[in-house]
Amino acid sequence: MILMDDIYKKYANGVTALNGISVDIKQGEFVYIVGPSGAGKSTFIKLMYRQEKPTSGKIIINEKDLQTLQEKEIPYLRRDIGVVFQDFKLLPRLTVYENIAFALEVIEETPRNIRRRVMDVLDLVGLKNKARFIPDELSGGEQQRVSIARAIVNHPKLVIADEPTGNLDPDTSWEIMRTLEEINDKGTTIIMATHSKEIVNKIKKRVIAIENGVIVRDEHRGEYGYEV
Amino acid sequence: MKFRTLKRHFREGIKNIFRNGWMSIASIGAVTVTLVLVSAFLIIMLNLNQMAKKVEADVVINALIDLTADSEDIKALGEDIEKLDGVESVIFSSNDEELKKFMDSMGDEGDSWGLIDQDNPLRHTYIVQPANPGDTEPLAKKIEEMANVYKVNYGQDVIKNLFQFNKYARTIGLVLIGGLILTAIFLISNTIKITIMARSREIGIMKLVGATNNFIRWPFFIEGMFLGILGAIIPIMSVLGIYYYIDANVVDRITYEFFDILPFNPFAWQLSLLVLAIGALIGIWGSVMSVRKFLNV
Ligand SMILES: Nc1ncnc2c1ncn2[C@@H]1O[C@H](COP(=O)(O)OP(=O)(O)OP(=O)(O)O)[C@@H](O)[C@H]1O
Ligand SMILES: [Mg+2]
Repeated sequence: MILMDDIYKKYANGVTALNGISVDIKQGEFVYIVGPSGAGKSTFIKLMYRQEKPTSGKIIINEKDLQTLQEKEIPYLRRDIGVVFQDFKLLPRLTVYENIAFALEVIEETPRNIRRRVMDVLDLVGLKNKARFIPDELSGGEQQRVSIARAIVNHPKLVIADEPTGNLDPDTSWEIMRTLEEINDKGTTIIMATHSKEIVNKIKKRVIAIENGVIVRDEHRGEYGYEV
Repeated sequence: MKFRTLKRHFREGIKNIFRNGWMSIASIGAVTVTLVLVSAFLIIMLNLNQMAKKVEADVVINALIDLTADSEDIKALGEDIEKLDGVESVIFSSNDEELKKFMDSMGDEGDSWGLIDQDNPLRHTYIVQPANPGDTEPLAKKIEEMANVYKVNYGQDVIKNLFQFNKYARTIGLVLIGGLILTAIFLISNTIKITIMARSREIGIMKLVGATNNFIRWPFFIEGMFLGILGAIIPIMSVLGIYYYIDANVVDRITYEFFDILPFNPFAWQLSLLVLAIGALIGIWGSVMSVRKFLNV
């Protein structure tokens, strides 16, 4: 599903965010990415849906070699990946409903299915009553849930979540985690960067720890491993 | 692209016009001003053109024949003229016919010239119709040099002035119209650019969610088209209204023979369609131009 081989990433400003990363993640896995702030977690994640390009190294996602992927194929790569962005990335002038529907309009889903699936997923993240709100009218946690809803609404093979519980209270966090586990049970691969010791230690999954751009630990049913 | 997606793009494009509020109104205003001026120029230019054509087409060459020419000479001359390149028709008009025409053209006054009837001072004449009005002058010069031709008349000055005037009017008009259209495109793409600065982030997000460039471009295309069409409404109504008024009220009061504007139907309708098309094109061009550089995210 995801294969990275000896990945280096140096940003234009000279910062080296990733320093030789190799990883193999199989279809259906649930993986936490942990590590201190600035370690390179988001960078690692951004490579997968081609928000960033590696400086060197090989990446294969869904059997697609990103090195040789043409510019015009990128949208199709991204449609198979649901991304929960650390900064939400909601369209500010669209309502909650329209933001989620957008991901389905892009794949030319029928209006009936769009309506049904958007309402279903809004129900799932508990925002049915705010469907007509625009992002500015929502709290940070609510925006985050919209971002999650948009990421999972078209049943992608891979869901990548960058701190999806970063702005949520514990109760909502556990609900979101339950949702992600459910999706994972149906075979979706989940990659989740997080700083939540409670979640990682309670819901035991594979843990990849990144520090200074290198993988320092990769354990199945691992621990968070950092003091908070 | 599926039909429902096209519908979606129309919906989004129209929604964007409202979402952009005053910026949309500014764009529509730019198109409106441009199209009002463009249609005024087009009306004037096309009508001048029409009048000039009419005058040109009316021009014939009158070849006056020498008094010394006998009927054989006259016949030979007629055949020679007919053989010239660019001659549409040659009609012989005897001096009596010429006199009658002259008297008719004088109206009531003509009768008092009746006494000359016995001693006709006019000459036999060949009336030559050039196939192409533009050839009138060289043709007249050639005929003038032929044997037994006393003189040619073809409204030399009228033709020269008309051609000159028409040429200038056309050039100036086209330059002005071109300039106006470019200005409008610039204004629109600028107003859309201002809104798009805010939208460049949105475009980036759309791409991250898996939208293709075309998917993003389409609503802009629709938006531009509607901005252009909305901007064409006032100009079209003015064209139809003012032209109808002129056609119905002013033309009959002006009695110059050549003053005859193109008829309201179909000219005003054709012009409206043209103005609508120009408006839509300005809008589409302006918006598609402005979205282009934000797509490389
Ligand atoms: N677009 C960018 N341009 C330049 N440098 C960047 C960019 N994005 C990240 N960096 C740098 O790369 C390093 C890794 O950043 P990254 O966002 O991957 O960290 P992170 O592990 O996600 O941190 P956090 O837990 O705070 O989200 C940081 O030093 C950061 O300053
Ligand atoms: Mg991060």
